[in-house]
Amino acid sequence: MGRFHRHDHDHAHNHDHAHDHDHDHDHDHDHDHDHDHGDHSGYSTGAERVVVLERIFAENDHTAAANRRDFDAAALVAVNMMSSPGAGKTTLLAETLRRLHDRVRIGIIEGDIETSIDADRLSGFGAAIALINTSNGFGGECHLDAPMVRSALGRLPLAELDLVIIENVGNLVCPAEFDVGAHARTMVYSVTEGEEKPLKYPVMFRAVDLVVVNKVDLIPHLDYDLDAFYANLRAVNPGVQAIELSARTGAGIDAWCDWLLGLRPEVNPAV
Amino acid sequence: MHELSICSSIMGIVRQHAEGRQVQTVHLRVGAMRQIVPDTLVYCWSLVTEASELAGAELAVERIPAKIRCTGCGRAQVLEEPMLVCPSCPGQIVDLIAGDEFLITSLDLAEV
Repeated sequence: MGRFHRHDHDHAHNHDHAHDHDHDHDHDHDHDHDHDHGDHSGYSTGAERVVVLERIFAENDHTAAANRRDFDAAALVAVNMMSSPGAGKTTLLAETLRRLHDRVRIGIIEGDIETSIDADRLSGFGAAIALINTSNGFGGECHLDAPMVRSALGRLPLAELDLVIIENVGNLVCPAEFDVGAHARTMVYSVTEGEEKPLKYPVMFRAVDLVVVNKVDLIPHLDYDLDAFYANLRAVNPGVQAIELSARTGAGIDAWCDWLLGLRPEVNPAV
Repeated sequence: MHELSICSSIMGIVRQHAEGRQVQTVHLRVGAMRQIVPDTLVYCWSLVTEASELAGAELAVERIPAKIRCTGCGRAQVLEEPMLVCPSCPGQIVDLIAGDEFLITSLDLAEV
């Protein structure tokens, strides 16, 4: 993530200084965007160029930091859980609650575009659940961002919780871009998605501390090469942890629960 | 479609810096490792700004290729694909040194 450059913008003197290439690349980069009136140098008639150099995610990240402070003040650990649709997040969460609910006080923030189906599946395990429907009139957001998570915090008794799991919207693209203020990030990947997923969605696979490799009970029925998957995963994120499990059979879920229980607020600070 | 909410964030930043003046062009720098589709961004920008004072302001996107540096041999190279591996030193950790930029670099404002 680039540093936050905040320049004094002296409007009278900043004409056409925007293309000074402070990033160190030494090659031709892709200028073939559709607009030919783009980033050319030279004076544009009747226009004044004002340098901004402001990160577009700055506002989201500011709110994410506020969320993290609230989690820290409540002495709890927050985990951002991501996956593609159907990878098994909700089934894994239900099994997690079944095993941990009498040992750990858990809150769930549940992101869903339209329905409360997932939240309904998770009720009955003694966890506090706050549902965020991300529908916004344009067909629904595909991710949770920090302000959405912030809006749910008031509906959870944070002071009484040890662990908050944020179940993001099922999507391998958008959620990876947004820091929501969690201390650790994980994704549930299922072997039915194929070995090449890390190469196709490197931003997601790079954004997490742990990859849960789910549905391993199905491997005997698939043409699936687990070693090839790990090679692809290490290519995009060499240091990432992985836990193989089956939310259906229960194999490996204890290791996942141990990972959750081992998290501390000061460990794995989200970048 | 996270481009839609991103455009709302862009609007907020643009408004702060434009201070009420007419905006002709908003210049963005977007790294290749960012999962931002420039055409979608431009389309969403037109939707989000349609009924605002920013209607008609162009979004000009400068793409920055992804570039890595190997922590083993120190060699830097531009990536064609998002394979974060040094061709000479497989298994070595590489640093991403360009390609995750996502910022507004400048605005073209109409002369008063």
